[in-house]
Amino acid sequence: MRQRLLTINKLSVTFGGLHALKDLDFHVDEGEIVSVIGPNGAGKTTFFNMISGMVTPTSGDIIFKGESLLGLDPNQVTAAGIARTFQNVRLFANMTILENVMVAQHCRTRQGIWGALLQTRSFKQEEREIREHAELVLSFFGTRLVGYRLDQPAAVLSYANRRRLEIARAMATRPTVILLDEPVAGMNPKESAALTQLIGELRSDWGFTIVMIEHDMSVVRDVSDRVVVLDHGETIAQGSYEEVSTNPDVIEAYLGRPAKESA
Amino acid sequence: MSAVFVEPHTPENLPARRLLDQDWRRLLNYGVLLALVLVFVALTNMPVKLDRRMLIEPIFSMGYLSVFWLPAVFGLLVCREPVLAGMPSYAKGRREVLAGAMVGLIGGAGLSVLTVLLDNFDLRDPLVNWSPQLLDLLSFGRGSTFGFAIWLPIGLALGTLGGLTHVLSTTARRVLGWAFVTVVAFAVFETVIIDLSEGFASLGAERVVDEIYFIRGGLTMHGAAILAVCGGLFAAFGRDQAQRAKAQFQALEGTSRTRANAMGLLACGVALVVLPLFLGGITNELLANVGLFVLLALGLNIVVGLAGILDLGYVAFFAIGGYTAGILTTTNRGESWPDWMPDFYWGTALIFVVILAALAGLFIGAPVIRMRGDYLAIVTLGFGEIIRLLFLSDWLGGYTGAAQGVTNIPGVQVFGLATVKGTDPRAVFYLVLFFCAIAIYVSWRLERSRLGRAWMAIREDESVAEAMGINTVNAKLMAFVVGAVLASFSGAILAAKVGSVFPNSFIILVSIVILVVVIVGGMGNIVGVIVGSVVLIGILGGPRQPGLLQEFSEYKLLIYGVLLVWMMLKRPEGLVPNVRRTRELHQEEYLQDAWLRGEIDTDADSHADGGTDAEPGVLPT
Repeated sequence: MRQRLLTINKLSVTFGGLHALKDLDFHVDEGEIVSVIGPNGAGKTTFFNMISGMVTPTSGDIIFKGESLLGLDPNQVTAAGIARTFQNVRLFANMTILENVMVAQHCRTRQGIWGALLQTRSFKQEEREIREHAELVLSFFGTRLVGYRLDQPAAVLSYANRRRLEIARAMATRPTVILLDEPVAGMNPKESAALTQLIGELRSDWGFTIVMIEHDMSVVRDVSDRVVVLDHGETIAQGSYEEVSTNPDVIEAYLGRPAKESA
Repeated sequence: MSAVFVEPHTPENLPARRLLDQDWRRLLNYGVLLALVLVFVALTNMPVKLDRRMLIEPIFSMGYLSVFWLPAVFGLLVCREPVLAGMPSYAKGRREVLAGAMVGLIGGAGLSVLTVLLDNFDLRDPLVNWSPQLLDLLSFGRGSTFGFAIWLPIGLALGTLGGLTHVLSTTARRVLGWAFVTVVAFAVFETVIIDLSEGFASLGAERVVDEIYFIRGGLTMHGAAILAVCGGLFAAFGRDQAQRAKAQFQALEGTSRTRANAMGLLACGVALVVLPLFLGGITNELLANVGLFVLLALGLNIVVGLAGILDLGYVAFFAIGGYTAGILTTTNRGESWPDWMPDFYWGTALIFVVILAALAGLFIGAPVIRMRGDYLAIVTLGFGEIIRLLFLSDWLGGYTGAAQGVTNIPGVQVFGLATVKGTDPRAVFYLVLFFCAIAIYVSWRLERSRLGRAWMAIREDESVAEAMGINTVNAKLMAFVVGAVLASFSGAILAAKVGSVFPNSFIILVSIVILVVVIVGGMGNIVGVIVGSVVLIGILGGPRQPGLLQEFSEYKLLIYGVLLVWMMLKRPEGLVPNVRRTRELHQEEYLQDAWLRGEIDTDADSHADGGTDAEPGVLPT
């Protein structure tokens, strides 16, 4: 029996009169890859924002490794072990690729002002470890992000590589769970297939548990253990890809009701 | 950054445009603009005020320079047109000279009209500088008819000069430019150079200087000629070598680069330690003032340049440093001081200064730091004033002396060996230098540490930085505290240097000047900040400190403003830019350049290696 990692109970959030999420129940077990799908405006990104502490839920509870995440700041959530990427890639564009990944290790490192000023041995040791870990994480993506690229600003990267770097940055925070917000958006089929495989390796080689929002159904099909479908802030179906993709409610949410019935 | 404005390589066979094939509208625009600027400069009374400062005795004063440079520059500017690849380009010739001349003429006409107006009307009511002296100056003391007549040819001549400069070959222009800059620089730096020559009197430097400079100030005619020739010769021959050396330095890599940098740094350090021994009081005083602002600007640079917190109330920490040091060391007794109030040595007081400044940083920072952008700037502005008003208030007046301030602050005792105080500017400079070195070290180390990276991430995108696990509140508070401590050092030195502290030494203008220093110098760059302080505080002068151009003191803020606007338009990254900020401000050009160098990452390469780590053919169904 795999351990329950993240449990979400009756979570709701309202923006003014709008129910972005309504009584959402959700759970992730250790080592799972869960996809969250749903039409635009279903509340998927709000769901991520809430887990990562950027939006405060109106009611309900988020329990991670037995402790509630409610009321924690985003940085505390990250420190607890949940890292995320963003739908519209948000890198530190003027920092180098290496720095982008180094800075993400902030919550796992301790050295402060005095270490830097006195250049203590532990400071140098820690800097070296940060750098080595950053290079290790970057080398996961093959040769694309290492070598001469390390010292280039993130702004020069291609779209696909920015997405990869964002994943690397999330990995560098040494999380338990990674939330990927549309990891393959904007990639061509070949690239998204390659990334799908990498997502699989994130679990098998690195031991991360993954929750992923994705619109590309081939990616969802290939990699997820379980699919959760959101519509209008509510879970309308969950189960394996096959179960979900044949569920009439899901088809209705995406394509609408057949004309005859709705009349 | 590659320049957007590309100077074309002019082959000999380019067609020249006809003399009268002018863009008349453009000429008129430039001419009228020039006329307006000239009239404005004249009406600020700058020419009259600066007339006292001679550049070349007896023919050329700074007052005339303030007017004369404008037509030439406009004449040059009107000729410059962007030449784009693939568009027809033309040879430079008489047409350009005529354009410059026309612009100069229209500008000169502006001053002609002003001369007549000055003579016939008295508009002193709205325009306070509407003075007979100005008329005298503009008409060269020969009556308004002469003044009216003379400015047309002067404008014409200067505009033509500008146009001619454009037509000249690059080398010729460079030689002339250098000759001119050398003469003006020597005239402006007169005080320092004479001061320096007295220090090196044994080497016969004084005799050389006596030759160049007139007794009552200004260059002699032949001195100016010699300098012009030297500058020109350097441009013609020496510059290539200098550039070759620079290229050589830039080509260095790895350890030899580091070593070269270290050598340069060491040389600067030695020069800064040794040179003041040869300098007189005035220059040392100037250097000490510059140093105080370097200290302040380095502190603000950490807050604004690294962490991106726009703090407009930075003077508060300067004030806290000054008052704490002053109250703890003064030999006076404030009216409501308890009996146990100590008279510390400055060094002991400094410990309390640091503690208090850090506490103030936390105290002011805590409420402020949760705001962003404009709101943060406004709130810090408020806190800056609150602190000053507190020192001025009745409530704290018993301790701080309210408007009378704290006086009788003894100098700094250095291990009983020497006392550093205002009467000995050289000692003050060494004290400032010591603290500047600390500030530089702190900035340098922190920028390359875990905390420095966190600051940069916060500056780039605060909410993402927070989502990546950075405790932004803590990191920003640290920036505030470090900045506050550096500013308090500066305040404490000021207290010891001047021997007294008053509330009006800590007005809001100080905050603004420090910010301008950081922006003009180059935000986020240690060298830039130092250069900014030297240029603004050393040459123009600080809020209360006279600079090299003391005559400018009335126009200091005007020039600061003009400089700031010009910098924002033409070089927003500052005089000595930080690589990152340059990238940020010129991202498109940077990306273009990177693309030309083949460094840009296109998706093509991921297509190329995409096949190696994925099975192809997994397509959406």
